[in-house]
Amino acid sequence: MSDAWIVVAVVGTFTLVFKAAGPVFLGRRQLSARAQSVVDLIAPVMLVALVVTQTVGGNEEISVDARVPGVAAAGVAIWRGAPLVVAMAIAATVTALLRLVAQ
Amino acid sequence: MRAALPLVLGPVLFGLSFGVFAGTAGMGALAAVVMSATTFAGSAQFAAASVLENGGTVVAAIISAVLLNARYIGQSIAAASIFPGGRLRRFLESQMIVDESWALSGRSGRFEWAILVGAGLLLYVLWVSSTAIGTFVGDALGDPNDLGLDAAFAALFLALAAPYLRTRKALRAAVLGGAIALALLPFAPAGVPLVAASVACLLGLRR
Repeated sequence: MSDAWIVVAVVGTFTLVFKAAGPVFLGRRQLSARAQSVVDLIAPVMLVALVVTQTVGGNEEISVDARVPGVAAAGVAIWRGAPLVVAMAIAATVTALLRLVAQ
Repeated sequence: MRAALPLVLGPVLFGLSFGVFAGTAGMGALAAVVMSATTFAGSAQFAAASVLENGGTVVAAIISAVLLNARYIGQSIAAASIFPGGRLRRFLESQMIVDESWALSGRSGRFEWAILVGAGLLLYVLWVSSTAIGTFVGDALGDPNDLGLDAAFAALFLALAAPYLRTRKALRAAVLGGAIALALLPFAPAGVPLVAASVACLLGLRR
């Protein structure tokens, strides 16, 4: 088996199990109130952490580049009630234009 | 379906570029497509391929991808209760969890099965087929980030986070989680900042 296939098989297996963890092993079992209040925070915490890594994440570094003004502009739009698609379009446009200018 | 439309362009372009990139990393077309079909998580796939391309070991490639995907444990626990049916069906449908489908399905403040599985299925078909096309197209394609797609995805996550942040408890936990992720970015391998950020969920234990 080549290196690539070993990586594909092992990573695939881990990922299948990760994604199934909640629905298969936990199912619809009722959590205790305390556990539920921890689980309720997963969405806001994970989403904001994804915003951080997606905006300034680099190769083991913090990288402040054209993404930052793009996401900031989208943040203002979201604040003012812009729909999802518009916010994404604003972020992409600002960032793409800045990259174009910088070239 | 309509909820997933803004997400179509991203996966197609990234799927194409994963196909291209896997080729340059020497993965082989079939391995690339099988990886898209079984792992179905762009960032981890790019991470594994780039380790291989840079001459890294198999173990290093596996660790980086597995760490990146460890966040799915939290996401799948958060959405666990919405999956109907027996174990096998829950297993199969849980594979439709990716950042975008998961985030979208929770946009009303409660996870919705139809959005998660519907959007996930659409993304899955696009992801696997565009990977396959990418392995043929080769280098003809530019960098999708020239179009600002990386920033667009950050904006997506931000827009979906916003409704959660109305309660003080969620806001406090989210700020702490974001700060943990930011603090670890310069030191930790990719994926670790996201997993470490979930420690902030323990603030839920406070009354």
